[in-house]
Amino acid sequence: MAGFPILTAVTFLPLVGALFVLAVRGDDAIAVRNIRWAALWTTIVTFGLSLAIWILFDPGNPGFQMEERYGWIGSSNYHMGVDGISVPFVILTAFLMPICILASWKIEKRVKEYMIAFLVLETLMIGVFCALDLFLFYIFFEGGLIPMFLIIGIWGGQRRVYASFKFFLYTLLGSVLMLLAIMAIFWQAGTTNIPELLKNSNLPEDMQFWLWLAFFASFAVKMPMWPVHTWLPDAHVEAPTAGSVILAAILLKMGGYGFLRFSLPMFPLASELFAPLVFALSVVAIIYTSLVALMQEDMKKLIAYSSVAHMGFVTMGIFTLNQQGIDGAMFQMISHGLISGALFLCVGVVYDRMHTREIAAYGGLVNRMPGYAMIFMVFTMANVGLPGTSGFVGEFLTLVGAFKANTWVAFFATTGVILSAGYALWLYRRTIFGELEKDSLKAMMDITPREAACLLPLVALTIFYGVYPSPILDMFALSVDSLVSQVTAAIDANGAAKAAVLN
Amino acid sequence: MRNILTIADAAAALPEIALVTAAMALLMVGVFRSKPATDLVTSLSLFVLAATAALVMFSSSGTVDAFNGAFVVDTFARVMKVMVLFGSAITVTMSVHFMKLERIERFEYPILILLATAGMMAMISANDLIALYMGLELQSLSLYVLAAINRDSARSSEAGLKYFVLGAISSGMLLYGCSLIYGFTGVTSFAGIADTLKQGEAGIGLIFGLVFLIAGLAFKVSAVPFHMWTPDVYEGSPTPVTAFFAAAPKIAAIALFVRAMVTPFSSIASDWQQVIVFISIASMVLGAFAAIGQSNIKRLLAYSSIGHMGYALVGLAAGSAEGVRGVVIYMAIYLITTLGTFAFVLAMRRQTGALEEISDLSGLAQNNKMLAFILAMLMFSLAGIPPLAGFFGKYFVFLAAIKADLIWLAVIGVVSSVVSAYYYLNIIRVMYFEEPVDNFDSMPTELRMIIGASGIFVIVFVALAGPVIDVARAAANSLF
Repeated sequence: MAGFPILTAVTFLPLVGALFVLAVRGDDAIAVRNIRWAALWTTIVTFGLSLAIWILFDPGNPGFQMEERYGWIGSSNYHMGVDGISVPFVILTAFLMPICILASWKIEKRVKEYMIAFLVLETLMIGVFCALDLFLFYIFFEGGLIPMFLIIGIWGGQRRVYASFKFFLYTLLGSVLMLLAIMAIFWQAGTTNIPELLKNSNLPEDMQFWLWLAFFASFAVKMPMWPVHTWLPDAHVEAPTAGSVILAAILLKMGGYGFLRFSLPMFPLASELFAPLVFALSVVAIIYTSLVALMQEDMKKLIAYSSVAHMGFVTMGIFTLNQQGIDGAMFQMISHGLISGALFLCVGVVYDRMHTREIAAYGGLVNRMPGYAMIFMVFTMANVGLPGTSGFVGEFLTLVGAFKANTWVAFFATTGVILSAGYALWLYRRTIFGELEKDSLKAMMDITPREAACLLPLVALTIFYGVYPSPILDMFALSVDSLVSQVTAAIDANGAAKAAVLN
Repeated sequence: MRNILTIADAAAALPEIALVTAAMALLMVGVFRSKPATDLVTSLSLFVLAATAALVMFSSSGTVDAFNGAFVVDTFARVMKVMVLFGSAITVTMSVHFMKLERIERFEYPILILLATAGMMAMISANDLIALYMGLELQSLSLYVLAAINRDSARSSEAGLKYFVLGAISSGMLLYGCSLIYGFTGVTSFAGIADTLKQGEAGIGLIFGLVFLIAGLAFKVSAVPFHMWTPDVYEGSPTPVTAFFAAAPKIAAIALFVRAMVTPFSSIASDWQQVIVFISIASMVLGAFAAIGQSNIKRLLAYSSIGHMGYALVGLAAGSAEGVRGVVIYMAIYLITTLGTFAFVLAMRRQTGALEEISDLSGLAQNNKMLAFILAMLMFSLAGIPPLAGFFGKYFVFLAAIKADLIWLAVIGVVSSVVSAYYYLNIIRVMYFEEPVDNFDSMPTELRMIIGASGIFVIVFVALAGPVIDVARAAANSLF
């Protein structure tokens, strides 16, 4: 408890940066330059502090660490803390933000508001992963809608208004039901403190049923799971590059994080009951959205659908309720954060030059942009899940977990791996290989040092964690282990109680 | 015979007595002063409102019954009265500039607001059917005149007339309900009705009276299905008057509604709760859907306020101390957000005159960043998006509804709040996503300050909510 409130510092430092950016006067070139650098340094310092969390974090302790707690509103406290499940997301968020700022260097339209929106968004995202009070969690979770709505709506593409409204209203509708469930938990358990709720998760079975559904409404939309995924392709396509990166890499993970943090440990009986439903939806997501991805003419849309498919692996892994499945889901989320973020950055690179995302407008880029082709290939392979990239580890572990839980689920999900190879490689072939025929492409320049600075760290991490995944796996191993044993114990206890009644 | 007026009674009603006396004195000033007196009367009336608020806060403590129980001063009454006085004072402040530009400045305007405010304070403290009606009529008659204060404008006169005719009908229903209740219980005081009902005398006749009473009160808070007057009156009245209608009288009417249900009828709560649940659902849903098609911002805010009354009534439907706490928090946040929003509407003005269309806001975010940002925050707050203030209001009323097992009410409520988010977002869309047209004229300092203060309030509420919630809890507990 005592000591430097590092989680609060990491969470609110971007907000301080946003206030600083707000204070910068003027619209001239110097002011804009200052704003960009201020935003970049804020995110870099935040990332540095988040590394301090990594160092201070003790992976040998499955409980919550670095807790901070202050009185706030009535029975809800300002309570922050991290465990093995949340630390990776905090670091991932802090790591991707400087890259996003750097990727937005060429934004010329309303730079000040842009940077403020991103910095506020960073505060809210990190807050989601650090909050240890349901009420506080909800505020961070929902608050993120405001900056993201503005990011899509102001700096987005042609149909930005439609996309931003759809994003906002879809997500809000899912979340308000979760809010009601949070209230019901408060009256049932008398607290909104997450560690206490996790310790004594003995909500009545029929109540768990409804609460699970309410939380599911929110997380399934956020994730997004089929059939409530339709907001995602629109939002991705219209959002500016950095917005797509954040959306794919962090915001989608909030759904998976929510399942692991709340649905499983608090409603173990309902989670077991609904696992087949989640399996079914996940398998549909994996196969159907992969097929849809094959048909896309727009690069961003293709990657968006592939995200939905990959999130299918995550939900499937989470609801296997075994160690491998959940480990795999966690790893898949981190790795997808790196890969999908990088893929959107890659699209951004050519979009900045050509101002079109249509696949047909490209072809033969390798002739002019060998460096870009190389980087894009790494991420395409990682997206396919090629061994040696981080994409493989997560998919493999979730499939192992699924195989233990239900062989058929694993069978159908595996076909998704083949389909993902189909759409990813086809995209690569159509854009990068072939003859360089189009005149407009003949003047294309290879990636600039700035773009390389965005992409190369991601290349390094994707390959490094593909070869040596232990640093990440060890981080959450014990927390996942205690989560699994807690869920299993609750299910067994309920089974034993029912058997006792029958006898 | 007891004395009609004792010193103790007068002391309890001191703020009201002071306010009414001051209003009459100001009327004399206005009439007999040879020079135009509007500015003087306006500034003095602000002073009177502030002094009355101080009297409300410091002239009594605890729960005081006066006038044989017809008039009660408790924490709930004090909190609501301060809110009403605050709302009135801010409206008077932000009217000055507009009234001058539209050439409808009259010294009667602040005096009518003072009299209406006195009526509202009487409503809040009313603990008896006769006191209730008296306060309500004092308020309503002043409001009818205010609606028509721009007498050369056909729309304003129409608004006043419409409001008067419909208001008279609703007063009639309310009186009919009161007489039925009196007829079936034999008493008019809330305490007496509560005692009679505890002895198990709730016949069908009394329920009839109760329903008429609720209908009359629902008209005053503009809840569906008694809301029809709201959009027309809001649109037709001069904007400062609309701001006044949307703020202080709503607080008073909701306070009266709460007390008139919770105090006398607590033992037959299940009978009135279902009516409130219906009114609340209907208001939330209509407020959400009907506002979508509006292009005039005053009409839009009228439907929005209908919806907000629905949310406030969710807390009353719960019928518990938590519910009333939620209502108090909701109304406090609603009051400040509404005043800020209307101050903004008053600031929408170009050379051609006052503007009321949403399309006039086009591209404001590029012309006036700060103003657009604050209005965006107010809109997100009205939509109930965390971490802004409006979210906390909704949170506490729905919290009470969940505890009272009104799950469906809560579900319909939050879903309609998502629908209503659409039209609040639409205003933000016009400001932020569209290309700019001409800038507005620069606004006077007082509007700037009111808009700024309400913007700061909705943003920092998340950090400072604790004390507000404590006050609201104390207010709610004084009723139970």
